Amino acid sequence: MTMFRRVGGECVADFREDEVRVLRKVAEEVVGLLTEGFERDDPVVERLFPDVYPDQPRDSAEFRRFTEGDLKTAKIDQAAAVLAALPEDGRGEVRLDPEAAECWLRAINDARLALGIRLELTDDTIVEYELEEALAVDASSARVFQLSVYSYLGYLQESLLDAIIG
Amino acid sequence: MTAAPQTTPVDQPDVDEASEFARPWVTIVHNDPVNLMSYVTWVFQQLFGYSRDKAELLMLDVHQKGKAIVSHGARERMEHDATRLHSYGLWATVDKQ
Repeated sequence: MTMFRRVGGECVADFREDEVRVLRKVAEEVVGLLTEGFERDDPVVERLFPDVYPDQPRDSAEFRRFTEGDLKTAKIDQAAAVLAALPEDGRGEVRLDPEAAECWLRAINDARLALGIRLELTDDTIVEYELEEALAVDASSARVFQLSVYSYLGYLQESLLDAIIG
Repeated sequence: MTAAPQTTPVDQPDVDEASEFARPWVTIVHNDPVNLMSYVTWVFQQLFGYSRDKAELLMLDVHQKGKAIVSHGARERMEHDATRLHSYGLWATVDKQ
């Protein structure tokens, strides 16, 4: 798996072709979820845009009316920053200045949150065990793919954070 | 160089009482199974300017107790903090202290 490293003021990684493909797919899915696929009662949307006042739906809705647009735009822009920095086709190097690195960090986090909801992960979930189980059931299932992507993104996010902190 | 003035403060208001009165609202961050511990610590440092040690203690508080108060102040300020935390993907709510 590819890791980010710090080179001068930039975070740099050399991605393989399959990694580029996965990252592009993930970022596009996040954009889709926040644009034409946006549904307020989707659990993923509820997690990315949590109620500020869980016990007061009216206050939460009122607050959301003023803030959700900006928050959504910011999240779309972050995912777009991932797409913009990826090599056009095939493998290649990604170099992120501090601003782009932070966009990537947040976008990867949003993608992990979305996958975490879809995979119904809880505090007790150990992803490696889940993956073993899913592999035993059907190695070609969507769950195996999603768990692998989830785990890969966690690894990538940690390496990017390490590179940002320096 | 100069020394600190040696005067005795007179009629100091009760600080605790004053801040209790002025700060009835809090921002709470809730634990979730996805966010990396290192990432949450970093977000607390970024948003609140906390030292790494302080941010880490706060993160552990969230992780172990399920939630922790991360800031307190005027309601609008707390709503602002919660939105900023949401932009980083943390699960934040606002409540009265």
